[in-house]
Amino acid sequence: MTPAALEVQGLNRSFGALAVTRDVDLTLERGARHALIGPNGAGKTTLVNLITGVLKPSSGRVLLNGEDITATSQADRARRGLARTFQINQLFRGLTVLENLCMTIGERDGHCNNMWRSAGAKRAVIDEALDHLESLRLVDDALKLVRELPYGRQRLVEIAIALAQRPRVLLLDEPAAGVPSSESHLILDVMANLDPDIAILIIEHDMDVVLRFAREITVLVQGAVFTQGTPNEIMNDERVRAVYLGQEVRHGKREANHG
Amino acid sequence: MAASETTSVTTSAERAQARERAAEYLLSRHRFRWPEALPWLLAIAAYFLFPDRMTFGGQVLIMVLFALSLDLILGYAGIVTLGHAAFFGIGAYTVGLLIARLGWSEPLSSLVAAALVSALIGMISGWFLLRYRGLTLLMLTLATAIMLQETGNLRSDLSGGYDGLPGLVISPLFGVFDYDLYGHTNYLYVLGVLAAVLFFVRRIVYSPFGQALTGIRENVRRMHAIGSPVHRRLVTVYTISAAIAGIAGGLFTQTNAYVTLTVFDFDVSAKVMVMLILGGTGRLYGAFVGAVVYMVLEDHLSKMSPTFWQFGIGLLLVLAVLFARRGVLGLFEDAGQYFSRKRKQL
Amino acid sequence: MPHFAIIAVSILFDGLAYAMFLFITSVGLSVTMGLMGFVNLAHGAFAMAGGYIVVSLTRTLGIGFIPSLLIAAVTVGAVSVVFERGLYRRLYKATDLEQVLLTIGLAFMAIATATYFYGPIPKSVPLPLWLQGDIDLGFRTFPSYRAFLIVLGLFLICVLWYGFERTNIGAKIRAAVDNRRMAESVGINVDLLFTLTFAVGSGLAALGGGLAIQLFGLSPSFAVLYLVLFLIVVAVGGLGSLKGTLLAALVLGVFDTAGKYLLADAGGFFVFAITVLVLLVKPAGFYGRE
Repeated sequence: MTPAALEVQGLNRSFGALAVTRDVDLTLERGARHALIGPNGAGKTTLVNLITGVLKPSSGRVLLNGEDITATSQADRARRGLARTFQINQLFRGLTVLENLCMTIGERDGHCNNMWRSAGAKRAVIDEALDHLESLRLVDDALKLVRELPYGRQRLVEIAIALAQRPRVLLLDEPAAGVPSSESHLILDVMANLDPDIAILIIEHDMDVVLRFAREITVLVQGAVFTQGTPNEIMNDERVRAVYLGQEVRHGKREANHG
Repeated sequence: MAASETTSVTTSAERAQARERAAEYLLSRHRFRWPEALPWLLAIAAYFLFPDRMTFGGQVLIMVLFALSLDLILGYAGIVTLGHAAFFGIGAYTVGLLIARLGWSEPLSSLVAAALVSALIGMISGWFLLRYRGLTLLMLTLATAIMLQETGNLRSDLSGGYDGLPGLVISPLFGVFDYDLYGHTNYLYVLGVLAAVLFFVRRIVYSPFGQALTGIRENVRRMHAIGSPVHRRLVTVYTISAAIAGIAGGLFTQTNAYVTLTVFDFDVSAKVMVMLILGGTGRLYGAFVGAVVYMVLEDHLSKMSPTFWQFGIGLLLVLAVLFARRGVLGLFEDAGQYFSRKRKQL
Repeated sequence: MPHFAIIAVSILFDGLAYAMFLFITSVGLSVTMGLMGFVNLAHGAFAMAGGYIVVSLTRTLGIGFIPSLLIAAVTVGAVSVVFERGLYRRLYKATDLEQVLLTIGLAFMAIATATYFYGPIPKSVPLPLWLQGDIDLGFRTFPSYRAFLIVLGLFLICVLWYGFERTNIGAKIRAAVDNRRMAESVGINVDLLFTLTFAVGSGLAALGGGLAIQLFGLSPSFAVLYLVLFLIVVAVGGLGSLKGTLLAALVLGVFDTAGKYLLADAGGFFVFAITVLVLLVKPAGFYGRE
């Protein structure tokens, strides 16, 4: 039996007396399309930070392709095929889009250890970078500085970087957050066309996005797994509705205003 | 239909063209451009125009080299330290002790030794200290430099203490070029070393490694997330920077035939940082502009009144931070962009 | 009394006096750096300014030492508000490096100004009779001035502790140091708080500068020479912590004094060695937050 792409076992994390992640179990098989939802402050981003190694857990294990990576660094995990996007874009704003991607590929393949050749000398790197940009329809922005792009396109660059790592597991933290509704379809299109082999976990608040994308949903409340299941099961779960009651009412009002 | 979406209907020929343009862009930025010859032409011109100021000229070039070493860590990797004088001092004393205690006075091999010793200390201290940032790192690097100075003071029998080691005369360069009283040979010697070092620094800065340094400076979180071995990269560049600072220190001893513990002063670390900031960080030639401007101004103004000079430098720093954060070269860039925009409007 | 015990007591006494000076002058820097994250390298210049005001008041205007200290503290505290509102405010969002450069620039300007008006030769200050001379405790005599310093220091520690831990404002400051955004969202006027803390901190620095004259003499280079020490006390103690500053001042003050007593030449080494050791193990200092 092939090991799951990503497995989280009994993960715990506290800040002093405050337990922000409580005994979380999560499994992503190859090609998974898994959504992580929950009210604000549930600890979703914290969980992603624990999985990627930004935070060290108080107890529990993280397994990537069956290998225990709990003690490894963030960079180590990235090199083993774990990529993520941040809730707020973390890009190299002073560099061009192309350079953002070339840097990612360069680090991935160890080119950045080279101190002698010129950074533009490896055509293969540039070609691959442009391939990624093409698949995200960013080629025309390749030579623009990231900080000159509208936020929605910057968000695409964020995703492009994660994909350029050629990950086996991809964690997307609210990929559509902050993107104006006129541009959000760009993100959604990209998500729909992601490589079916990659295991993907997304954190999302927008239930439309979740329902379109996810085949499995985990609901996180106050740092602990509240319930797990298929979209159908979750949508029909009374308790989930209760937990979200506040949010849903507001959501409903927003929809009503837009008519 | 979103207006922000650009057309993606392109022929394969157009796509190939776009790729060529992108690759060419990246390569072109690293080619030698004609303004880069300017500082060298000026340096050689100075040799002929100011033959009686060549000792001073040598000092300026040494500061350029020192500032260049700082640019690697401050301008490119974005690491702020307060103890870079430590490596300058180590290099200076390596050369000094080689002559004074071991009678070894061959100039080039002494420089190599200075570079190696500084690099070693840089690597070891960097491995420990570069795990920290901000005030912690400022204090740790400052403390390291002061501790080296105090150690020298402790063994003033070896180091000559604050009185220093006088009479450190080096052998002729390549066994042939003798040193004249007016510093002519020395100036060309230092200029040669500077050119050689710059050649290497330029390659480093434009390499994928240099790109990674820029990435660490721009967004270290992202670098961790894409798998960059950040700490290793920082220690590497810190080691190289230390080596170059050590060479600058070694040249200092060779130029002055004298070295004292004041080479480790906080003042020295602060001075080189001011020079670099004034010229502009992360631009390779900011070190040239900044060091030259600072040294020339200091030479003129502090002779008139050291107090006014200190006040002036303080004021300059304040104004620079408020209005010209990216130094003189930054101002040139801004001016250049301003004029090119004006031209487009016409 | 056995010889080594006398030395030990001397070290403790002198070390404590030195520590009090370090604490008084550095506590303002620690709280403002912890509160606003603003690296203020002009802090030493504020101390120096306080010292020179005391010199002028006592020597030129014949005002007593103690009143001069108070006047200097209040004056510098008031003037610092102008700096904070007019200049520093603009750089709260700037990088560490920019703050360092700006404040170093201000320090240089201050040093040059002091040199221009007072000259580079160290100045001393006339002390009232009761601060001159020694107190005799049998086995050793102790300089009254240092005893005064210790008493004053302890008094200020109590006042500051009370202000920090027991008053409303103190609670607000602690909250803002802990989590500024949350404090703002609860309605605490962090800007005003900072101006207040900055003024008090600068006033205390000026007081420390005035007190330092008798210990080290006052020359313009004081602003930079002792700045290094203040920064070390703040870094080792932990930003924004009263306890931390006190502990760091005590440790560093006593060890530095011990070093200078026991190993005259290498004495200065200890302070920096301790700094490195502490920061390697606890990079945020004794009581700093990671």
